[in-house]
Amino acid sequence: MDPECSQLLPALCAVLADPRQPMVDDTCLEKLLDWFKTITEAGSSLLLLQENPCLVELLCHVLKPQDLSSRVLSFSLRLTGVFAAQEDCFQYLQGDSSLFVASAAGQLLVHILSLSMRGPAEGPPSLQADDWPPCAQKIVGHIEESLRSTATPQITQALNVLTTTFSHCHDPWTQVLWVQLHPLVAALLQKDPVPAAHSLVDLLLSVARSPGLSSSSCGLWETLAQTLSHLSPTQAGLLALGILKLQDCPQALRAQAFAVLLQPLACVLQATAQGPGPSGLLDSTAADSVTADMLLPSKAACVGLLCQTLAHLELLLPLPQRPCPWPQAPLLGAAVTLLQLCRGSGSPASDAGRQLCALLLGCVRVQRAALDFLGTLSQETGPPELVTQVFAVLLEYLRSPDSSPTVLKKAFQATFRWLLSSPRTPGCSDLDSHTLLFLRELLPVLQKRLCSPCWEVRDSGLEFLTQMTRRWGGQAGFRHALLASEVPRLTEQLLRDPESYVRASAVTAMGQLSSQGLCVPPAGPEHPGSQQKSLLGELLHILSTDSEGFPRRAVMQVFTQWLRDSHADVVGDTEQFVAGVLQVAGQDLDWEVRAQGLELALVFLEQMLGPPRSHCPYAVTPPVAAPAGPLTQALQSLCRVRLFEFAFRALFDCDRPVAQKSCDLLLLLRAKTASSSSLQEPRSSPDVASVEAALQRWRAGDQAQPLGDLEPEVVLAVLRSMDLEGLRGALAESSDHVEKSPQSLLQDMLATVGILGENEADCY
Amino acid sequence: MLDCGLDMTSTLNFLPLPLVQSPRLSNLPGWSLKDGSAFLDKELKECSGHVFVDSVPEFCLPETELIDLSTVDVILISNYHCMMALPYITEHTGFTGTVYATEPTVQIGRLLMEELVNFIERVPKAQSASLWKNKDIQRLLPSPLKDAVEVSTWRRCYTMQEVNSALSKIQLVGYSQKIELFGAVQVTPLSSGYALGSSNWIIQSHYEKVSYVSGSSLLTTHPQPMDQASLKNSDVLILTGLTQIPTANPDGMVGEFCSNLALTVRNGGNVLVPCYPSGVIYDLLECLYQYIDSAGLSNIPFYFISPVANSSLEFSQIFAEWLCHNKQTKVYLPEPPFPHAELIQTNKLKHYPSLHGDFSSDFRQPCVVFTGHPSLRFGDVVHFMELWGKSSLNTVIFTEPDFSYLEALAPYQPLAMKCIYCPIDTRLNFIQVSKLLKEVQPLHVVCPEQYTQPPPAQSHRMDLMIDCQPPAMSYRRAEVLALPFKRRYEKIEIMPELADALVPMEIKPGISLATVSAVLHTKDNKHVLQPPPRPAQPSGGKKRKRASEDIPDCKVLKPLLSGSIPVEQFVQTLEKHGFSDIKVEDTAKGHIVLLQEAETLIQIEEDSTHIICDNDEMLRVRLRDLVLKFLQKF
Repeated sequence: MDPECSQLLPALCAVLADPRQPMVDDTCLEKLLDWFKTITEAGSSLLLLQENPCLVELLCHVLKPQDLSSRVLSFSLRLTGVFAAQEDCFQYLQGDSSLFVASAAGQLLVHILSLSMRGPAEGPPSLQADDWPPCAQKIVGHIEESLRSTATPQITQALNVLTTTFSHCHDPWTQVLWVQLHPLVAALLQKDPVPAAHSLVDLLLSVARSPGLSSSSCGLWETLAQTLSHLSPTQAGLLALGILKLQDCPQALRAQAFAVLLQPLACVLQATAQGPGPSGLLDSTAADSVTADMLLPSKAACVGLLCQTLAHLELLLPLPQRPCPWPQAPLLGAAVTLLQLCRGSGSPASDAGRQLCALLLGCVRVQRAALDFLGTLSQETGPPELVTQVFAVLLEYLRSPDSSPTVLKKAFQATFRWLLSSPRTPGCSDLDSHTLLFLRELLPVLQKRLCSPCWEVRDSGLEFLTQMTRRWGGQAGFRHALLASEVPRLTEQLLRDPESYVRASAVTAMGQLSSQGLCVPPAGPEHPGSQQKSLLGELLHILSTDSEGFPRRAVMQVFTQWLRDSHADVVGDTEQFVAGVLQVAGQDLDWEVRAQGLELALVFLEQMLGPPRSHCPYAVTPPVAAPAGPLTQALQSLCRVRLFEFAFRALFDCDRPVAQKSCDLLLLLRAKTASSSSLQEPRSSPDVASVEAALQRWRAGDQAQPLGDLEPEVVLAVLRSMDLEGLRGALAESSDHVEKSPQSLLQDMLATVGILGENEADCY
Repeated sequence: MLDCGLDMTSTLNFLPLPLVQSPRLSNLPGWSLKDGSAFLDKELKECSGHVFVDSVPEFCLPETELIDLSTVDVILISNYHCMMALPYITEHTGFTGTVYATEPTVQIGRLLMEELVNFIERVPKAQSASLWKNKDIQRLLPSPLKDAVEVSTWRRCYTMQEVNSALSKIQLVGYSQKIELFGAVQVTPLSSGYALGSSNWIIQSHYEKVSYVSGSSLLTTHPQPMDQASLKNSDVLILTGLTQIPTANPDGMVGEFCSNLALTVRNGGNVLVPCYPSGVIYDLLECLYQYIDSAGLSNIPFYFISPVANSSLEFSQIFAEWLCHNKQTKVYLPEPPFPHAELIQTNKLKHYPSLHGDFSSDFRQPCVVFTGHPSLRFGDVVHFMELWGKSSLNTVIFTEPDFSYLEALAPYQPLAMKCIYCPIDTRLNFIQVSKLLKEVQPLHVVCPEQYTQPPPAQSHRMDLMIDCQPPAMSYRRAEVLALPFKRRYEKIEIMPELADALVPMEIKPGISLATVSAVLHTKDNKHVLQPPPRPAQPSGGKKRKRASEDIPDCKVLKPLLSGSIPVEQFVQTLEKHGFSDIKVEDTAKGHIVLLQEAETLIQIEEDSTHIICDNDEMLRVRLRDLVLKFLQKF
């Protein structure tokens, strides 16, 4: 520990020990703990405690019964644990009413158990529990007693301690521990309802995941199977997902777990089936036992279970160990059915189905979950008739006036994913005829959504349009359908939307449409006047006048992309374009706009000078003799667009990311020009001096004076004379460097309680 | 009589009445029977496969056959849409009773009637078709004419004179005002939240309460919110006037309305909104007020064309006490409660009595026109349909739920204009009804049969029906229903001097009894106990005789008995008094005490005691006195 911190520590310990002091927040305590961890890892804890007696005083002080906050108590316990990990065993505390304290005590208990088993004794510990150290035996006894208790909180604590043990300790003794405790855990399953089910699930999964245990010999699989059948559907779902994620486990158990996971959806399919017979999700014997009763008792239970099931399956789908064969078709059917039930558009034949329909009608949560799930299912194909149903139900949701904005957004996302996965005609990358037909139905819906009174809807409509255009903008079928619709014109009108998010999305969408040549020229005599301005002009107007940052940032992104893609409006007079944009962006109050301006400058630079040679532009690269002529011309071009003035201003920007970006850009430029000998100029040129003087003033905060027209030689000379590397280093450390230091942390904490007269830390 | 609505869907069978001569409509071919006979071709015209009556439109009246309407004493009106048949009833049936309604209901109802009369009278049509109504001929006609019911009772529209006369019979009432009807019942209007001045009614006697819930809304729109609390403790709740479109959520529909309107106008098209001159239009204008700036539609003119447009917009602003809380508070700012005032001030909304006159010179396109009638059979809307129907740039948006939009459009086919159906019906849906019923808990619910089962087209939608316990009693057209309660008690008042004379005796803690002799006086369904006249002093013969005829006989009163006889104690007493060989038998209603030796039987029941002995009056009296010892007398 450095002396500065040592000086501050006693005051801080006094503050922590004083219950009357206003408390520092949790984050500070966590940081403090992290710091102590790094110190103890680096050196001796004992030495640390000897050098800083205030720490020992603090730890002794908190043991006295008093009115300490549970935060400080928890912190002290954990700090003790940190020291204990190296030094010695401690007594333990458990069962405090505060969750933090109980959790910390639980962790401490695990540490102690683990340490005592590792112990000072020679050789590995005995695998006979009777021979374990007294401390370990006492702890195990305590856990056993808790597991036998009738009080759920006590059982929960015991289970949590065991969960932590099996997650962190993988030594052979853990297997002995499990064999010993297993009957007590299994006994919990005999109770109805099963107590502390959530913790029990956690424990069983942590045991199953533990490499220290040979699962087959400990009856674990049997217990898991038993637990699956005893828990309520909601609790069992979590366990089932955990089991299915396990790398190796018996096929029968996996099948059982998957059946548990699928059961709610099987119920849905069963309840809505037009005729008798298995739903296709579960085999007929399992399906017989499936009743929709589990879903029907209450709306809250039904919705909760369905949403959880959908989320679990969604997590499972992309995993390599997901069940095989994957019941894609019935799952698609279930998702479609759920969505129909929520809209009241399905027509269930049974009473159970009708009741389910009444429960789910208009339920936004299930709609969102089912749409997300449906979107995920697009990774796999399905039978054509089901895919048709998928598109039909998506269209129904996109059309429905009752779809809430969030549901609509999800519907757009799912639609895009299904469009992405729709089959393509071999040898042709265009959309197939079915998809084009769908698109023709979709575009009028999109048109209407772009006119929605709800801005969230307009916004998600525009995002969807941008995604579609980016993906299929070059394809004839899509282009034809889009140009035949009103969508491009409506999008253009949304550039003037009152909501800034919508304007930003409209800017992005128009940029994309324009890149693909999908902007419609101003319409004929019906729409006189207003649309005469070119899109470029319109976007420049937004960049220079829009009161909100989002649209301006979007414009900068579009411009950067246009420059990168050599957009037709840009290549006409690229220099004028870049100069115009940089001039406006340089004056923007939003740092992201200025940063994006540097991005655009970088693209221009690369187009003039070629791309950087390696990923790290500052790496020392062997000088390659570049022809001086083109380089001179390129630099002149950069000067004409006033790129240097923009970059130098940005270098002294009060927002660090802008300064960093500018620094990177200038370093790249310097590297690019390093090899050029023809542009070497003596450093003492009066022009160079005046520029350097101006830059000094800029750095000091006075940026009023412009640099004026610069010559490439002068720029290069200035660049060479600047300590850009140093600046880069300083920027990289900057305030964060100061703030992250332990000294700053201690100062902050003391300043909060007013011990330090003045806050000397660099507050960000 | 509860409400007095007019079924205007009958007008859908008629050809539209164009304000300006329409060559298309006047050149439609006549319709002839399958056998080629063309005697109906003057009355019936064919348009795009549908047959229409070419005549002044007619309306279907309320049922007049079932009861003699001249015997109706009172009509209670719930809202301005439910009084449109009033002139037919008050002017042509011998009705002499009173009509009760709130002030906004009457004022806006008048506007609706005035508009209707105006729409029909300003396009005089000579022809009045009647041949097709002949039952034998009607059978031969295509649907829906063939299936139209009671066509013989259909009537032409009433006149303004009849309207005025009908409205003069209305007595204005305020919310929560208690109105005595012949002393028999009290009726009270309550806010129903559906429209300006709309009411539900409570009809109650001292011991029974019937609630009549008609068009009601729980949504926050312009009217005062619905008063639910006062509906509690009803014996019977008669429920009607639920939403016509239970699957259409009004919020979604308003969004749909705005989107389609903006989409059309941005494409350079015009929007036509067929509507009533009051009601949902206020809410639509309010939504548009918030929406047009954000949608960049500030330059688009909105026109409201109705003979009563001006009155409707102004009336809405002056009924402050009938508005929702938000709008009421605006009045004190002072600000107009509805933002359409600002739309008018800024010239964004313009209103005209008709498309003739100023409108034709101000008219600019693209624009949005609100005008009537929603049936598309008369009113200025007919002209706009003819004018704009040919262009696919234009859109007609249906917001009123009363008419099938496809039927309304039938005589305009083929139509290039886009048609959007956004029915906005703010009345209760089934979810709201079930919440309401849970809240007010009536003993019985009575409702139309249609509400007790899902709609035929959506038989799986169990949510689209009334679900209550006990199940609702349903009724269908012309069915007579006995409401499920009996009047078992009447309240009787007691005059103070009579009450003074009572001497109550406590027979149980908290319960006292007193005998009373009085005259029950009943008048106007009110019952009063008055002191009996003093026994008249003996005087002249004739007079005395008459008095004795008039006044009930006041005999010396026997005391009244109360209490019960504890059998065991009674037996002990009997034994004490020398009776022996006593046997007690339990019966269903009490006990029988057998005095075997005396051959006597005492039958003790809850409300009677019989002593049966064989001609031994002495024994009977002795036993009677022993029984009486156990009873209280007063």
